Amino acid sequence: MTIEQQIQTPAPSTPAWAMLRTLGGIAMLSGLLVVLVYQLTLPIIAENQRVMTEKAVFHVLDGAVAKRDFVLTAEDALVPAGEGAEGVHLYAGYDDDGALVGVAFPGAARGYQDVIQFLFGYDPACQCVIGSKVLKSTETPGLGDKISTDAEYLKNFEALDARLDATGTALANPIVPVKHGTKTQPWQVDAISGATISSNAMARAVNDAAQRVAPVVQRELALLSEPNRSEGR
Amino acid sequence: MAELPNQQESLSLDTFVRGLWEENPVFVMLLGMCPVLAVTNTTVNAIAMGLATTFVLVCSSLLVSLLRNWIPKQVRIASYIVIIATFVTVVDYAIQAISLELYAALGAFIQLIVANCVILGRAEAYASKQRLHTTLVNSLGMGAGFTLALLSLGTVREVLGNGTILGIPLFGADFQPWVVMILPPGGFFVLGAWLLLFNWLRLRKERRLQAAAAESAYAR
Repeated sequence: MTIEQQIQTPAPSTPAWAMLRTLGGIAMLSGLLVVLVYQLTLPIIAENQRVMTEKAVFHVLDGAVAKRDFVLTAEDALVPAGEGAEGVHLYAGYDDDGALVGVAFPGAARGYQDVIQFLFGYDPACQCVIGSKVLKSTETPGLGDKISTDAEYLKNFEALDARLDATGTALANPIVPVKHGTKTQPWQVDAISGATISSNAMARAVNDAAQRVAPVVQRELALLSEPNRSEGR
Repeated sequence: MAELPNQQESLSLDTFVRGLWEENPVFVMLLGMCPVLAVTNTTVNAIAMGLATTFVLVCSSLLVSLLRNWIPKQVRIASYIVIIATFVTVVDYAIQAISLELYAALGAFIQLIVANCVILGRAEAYASKQRLHTTLVNSLGMGAGFTLALLSLGTVREVLGNGTILGIPLFGADFQPWVVMILPPGGFFVLGAWLLLFNWLRLRKERRLQAAAAESAYAR
């Protein structure tokens, strides 16, 4: 088609209602489909999330087979979850006999790429951190993500000292990261060489969270130890 | 909009294979580079991203082809984007339902499929003009080509950068991973290497054809 011909025969104009009808129809179709899929997948996704949390809690609390959820409110009060209280979620883990194994608590700190989210396990009997798991991380694969794979490094978090000081409101010794191979105290975290920023972030996360959680757990030990058989494994 | 006669493609094997090789969206058309470079650091991510994109590509192409006579040209881009965004949302929920770990690994790139130019390009250049069955075959071919390209990058990067394939270690404990390969620069290196190979093959084929043509002309 030459330019002259194009000018002579202008394209027929589209009526406005045709455009409105098309866009409206497509938007409606889109709305129906999205809502349908959302409703269908909602219970599956909620179940996935529950299983993932449970798996993480049982991972950081070795020996736990049942859990109860608690909320640590902004006023440092500990209340059972599901009563409308808002705050940090803590998970108390219990063994086969219903005895308290420990409390899983979340922690977060800025890593190399973005904020890394962790779950740690705290054993009130030995007053130490007994387990750790990275929940969300965008750290560099092969470097920063070693904080979730390096077995030697993860040993740091299997008996990490988190004793309270005499006042019972803070840790006696803040948990600090140290250069690889220079760990001398049980409250130090031996960093991974080559993943220093990520290991330091993990140490910072556990320290920040434990400073707040450990005193509350020790204070509320009675509430946490209450046997609760109604919530199964 | 009146359609020109004889513009519609008849279905043949070529309708499918074109997307794999001749018009490969990644290696030939260089479209959709954002997921190609960003989520090909492991084989699993590459497969998941490829399949998710293929699903969106096929579904949205089909719907565009189905509605092609009802969509006025003035609102076509808006219509295509709404259609594509719908299927991306569907995939987004589907992946969360399949595995939250996979969802976390793919990160924002699932949502970014909305802006993947392979899909909008197919809707605009093919699905809006062609019949349903050729569109299905063609978009399946393009999706397969895209997945194949992601896989060729993902496999190489995971093997070199982590010494594993699909998470299974290939080499002994002494293997020193070539870490840069799973970092963003590695994506550019590996993509460059594949493009080099593809273009070399293409040029070689052209040279051979030319040589054959010259020979036959000389013989005459």
